[in-house]
Amino acid sequence: MVTANTELAYNTKIEGDIVVTKADAVINWLRSSSVWPMPMGLACCAIELMAVGASRFDISRFGAEVMRFSPRQADCMIVAGTVTYKMAPHVRRVYDQMAEPKWVIAMGACASSGGMYRSYATLQGVDQIIPVDVYISGCPPRPEALLDALIKLQSKIGTERSAKTLLASA
Amino acid sequence: MTAPADVTAALQSKFPQVTPRPSGDHPAVNVSPAEVVAVLKYLRDELAYDFLVDVTAVDWGVEASPRFTVIWHLFSTTHHQYIRLAMNCASDTEPVAPSATGLWPAANWHERETYDLLGVKFADHPDLRRILMWDEYPYHPLRKDFPLAGIEVPLPDIEVAELTGASAKPAPMMGGPFVASSGEMNLTDAEPRAKDESWTERKVKPVSA
Repeated sequence: MVTANTELAYNTKIEGDIVVTKADAVINWLRSSSVWPMPMGLACCAIELMAVGASRFDISRFGAEVMRFSPRQADCMIVAGTVTYKMAPHVRRVYDQMAEPKWVIAMGACASSGGMYRSYATLQGVDQIIPVDVYISGCPPRPEALLDALIKLQSKIGTERSAKTLLASA
Repeated sequence: MTAPADVTAALQSKFPQVTPRPSGDHPAVNVSPAEVVAVLKYLRDELAYDFLVDVTAVDWGVEASPRFTVIWHLFSTTHHQYIRLAMNCASDTEPVAPSATGLWPAANWHERETYDLLGVKFADHPDLRRILMWDEYPYHPLRKDFPLAGIEVPLPDIEVAELTGASAKPAPMMGGPFVASSGEMNLTDAEPRAKDESWTERKVKPVSA
């Protein structure tokens, strides 16, 4: 027997488990909750990066525990350490091999600005060769600082116009 | 195979041209380029200096002549004694030294580093390539006439250099390292600012006349 629908508002008993939202919000929620890092560990900052992955700080609380050593499977390059001029082209190549969308965290003083290495051998900031989304100060930064940067990056991903970008590239 | 109490005298009795060298710690001798491999071999085989600790070189400055001195440090694992050998390079512009790779394979990378950073060529080295800087790098950074900040050169990879527009530029010295010469312990004079090394990426270093 069919009865007249007298419901004026949304009712899960009738419509099922449906949530109405924006495409951007869904896509960004997916992306920011599973940022797979590409650990570009070049110096002592990489030790702190390992600490972030271990149980005490536990980066998996933020969905970023899947360190991928293949750039094809990574979303976010964490440049952890001193970038020498000899290494710089390889950093750029690995970045180029990562699939879009991709982000970069410059971890620590050296990756951000060359740090204490004011010398002929050191790239004075990795932002000269790749676009950096979040910079972290410190030499090396505390693990909490990297987690803070990840949260900052997640909120930055949340502001992106992802649906528009996807449709434009399709 | 015993290490004599006075290794300098023992060396001089075998190689008359070897002269003692002023030293604050271990015995040290000056050797000539022609004799140095024979002296090293004699020290290794007859005097039990079996361990090549270090091969390096000194740049005494642009004005100095001889400008380059190559240094070998040997250690005897049985007698626990060090000895230092020094050899002045004949040429001040194209310094050459004989290679010790025939006696100790470990000398290979030490000599490559000395070549890379100071430009001392080691004759008979099996593979004398740069070891720290990239192959095309045109300078020898530890020479006294090379500035700490560096000299602008292209990045090692042409493709990446074109893509990014980046190059190996002189590093900004603002807040950079203290560069005190020995004896110059007045910290005000030792600051980067006092040495006109206060430039940044935005404020270019003024060209001195």
